[in-house]
Amino acid sequence: MKDSICVKRKRVSDYVMYGLIYACAASSVLLLVGIILYVLVKGAGQINISFLTNVTSVLRGTVGIAGNIVNTLYIIIITMLIATPIGIGAAVYLNEYAKPGKLVSLIEFATETLAGIPSIIFGLFGMMFFAQTLGLGYSLLTGSFTLTLMVLPLITRNTQEALKTVPDSYRSGAVGLGAGKWYTIRTILLPSAMPGIITGVILAIGKIVGESAALLFTAGSAYTLPKGISDIFTKTLSSGGTLTIQLYLSAQKGEFGIAFGIAVVLLVIVLLINAATKLLTKKFDVNREK
Amino acid sequence: MKTNQSIMYSSRHHNTSEVTAKYIFLISGIVAIFAVCSITFYMFLKGAPALPVVGPLDLLFGTVWQPTAQVPSYGILYVILTSMIGTGFAILLGVPIGLLTAVFLTEISAKHLTMIIQPAVELLAAIPSVIYGLLGMMVLNPAIYKLEKLIFVGKAGHQFTGGANLLSAIIVLAIMILPTVINMSVSALKAVPQSYRNASYAMGATKIQTIFKVTIPAAKSGIMTGIVLGIGRALGEAMAINMVAGGSVNFPLPFNSVRFLTTQLVSEMSYAEGTHRQVLFTVGLVLFIFIMIINLILMAISKRGEDDER
Repeated sequence: MKDSICVKRKRVSDYVMYGLIYACAASSVLLLVGIILYVLVKGAGQINISFLTNVTSVLRGTVGIAGNIVNTLYIIIITMLIATPIGIGAAVYLNEYAKPGKLVSLIEFATETLAGIPSIIFGLFGMMFFAQTLGLGYSLLTGSFTLTLMVLPLITRNTQEALKTVPDSYRSGAVGLGAGKWYTIRTILLPSAMPGIITGVILAIGKIVGESAALLFTAGSAYTLPKGISDIFTKTLSSGGTLTIQLYLSAQKGEFGIAFGIAVVLLVIVLLINAATKLLTKKFDVNREK
Repeated sequence: MKTNQSIMYSSRHHNTSEVTAKYIFLISGIVAIFAVCSITFYMFLKGAPALPVVGPLDLLFGTVWQPTAQVPSYGILYVILTSMIGTGFAILLGVPIGLLTAVFLTEISAKHLTMIIQPAVELLAAIPSVIYGLLGMMVLNPAIYKLEKLIFVGKAGHQFTGGANLLSAIIVLAIMILPTVINMSVSALKAVPQSYRNASYAMGATKIQTIFKVTIPAAKSGIMTGIVLGIGRALGEAMAINMVAGGSVNFPLPFNSVRFLTTQLVSEMSYAEGTHRQVLFTVGLVLFIFIMIINLILMAISKRGEDDER
């Protein structure tokens, strides 16, 4: 054998694999950069005050997405108003009240299943149940109810994770001072878990902003603004398309200018949400380490 | 305040709010169970009736989809096959790229580079699917169309798709599952103890040998979870592929315009009536059953992973 152990054997296959690994990592990053740059280049010219504050109207000759922005806000607000308390409540129950057993594993199974169901199925169910059986029709309310089911697991899981990181000494300390369980949860546990809960809420908002398939057959596609102060609440019972739905419809109609304009708005929102969660998690971790 | 008030009084007063709180939390927990049960119930309630009307075999294994013809035909076999084949190839394309990117992030890359790339990957997951669809229409479809013209020029019998075909859909799906695969693989690879790698190096293995013979096998369970999650995501994706896959029901060949289970729903639900509508609900039911199977596999894998750790 002429190979010395001091001479490092070169393996060609190693170099090939290194090359592949670098190529894959590079393509993943380039993909993101490419997507963002392409959307910005194509859509940035479309963005101006008139585009953001007007409603598309043939009569007045305006093109704008104000109605869709308002619809998106409606859906975010209604959905979060319902989903946040239920999601947090479920997490508190799982983490603080329930004893390990059938019910807990059933709730956890259901939460995981909900998280795995694709949005188009939620859309179908929303259309069948909220729109037809409950008679809400294509409306912002139907859309919000549908999305509530969809974001519920996200809030429950994040709250649960946050509650798990609250040290047990906090709980025993509170009990030792004579506080009841509800009192402890209200004054000690939930405030300590707040950064985690807020992260869940922000992630849920991000999911709502990006959602389209679940809204197409539940919230409809109207793009008008509420007709005055008195219409603010009744508007929830009428159809309203979010930004994503408008993007989809515009692209299908070949109005790519509008589509890219909306894409830029969506990207900016997504970037902001991403930055916010990053900031929160970072702050949260620092607090814990102290 | 009365001075003779017993401490028992206040504790009883407390009890009502304590008990109420407990039940409110319990009800919040049950909402998820209730939601899953009603979704399952409704999918079957609305999806099943079309089966006896059309005939289960004609429906599930029929190859002709002409719901609005004089003599309507409701075969969804090609649609089911498209979803399976499209998802399968998206996984074949996306998983190796995702896994190798994860290997780069955990095993090779310098720390500051990981700190830049990993958030970028997370961002990829947050981009709305309609944006993927829009870019697919504008960038991918024209490119695939060029390829199509190159391959099929002068060949009779090919229906040109303008790039809106299965191949485009597979590429978009592969990109969309990348973040899922990368994130799950990264956490799985990170969880492999350093001592495994050290032991492998001590045996004289190179870094690449260690990665592929020791680290990845040790992270198998987590990587599998990522792959199955990716399958679920690809199977359920609707809007993005609806924009790039063309719109007619065909056998899933790369350069055929195709319909997935999801896109069938998106594109026809708005105008379907009568039996056509019922059949679309059956399409939803088929998709739902696929997803439920994927979910059960996922839970079995993560449970086995937990058992292994014990």
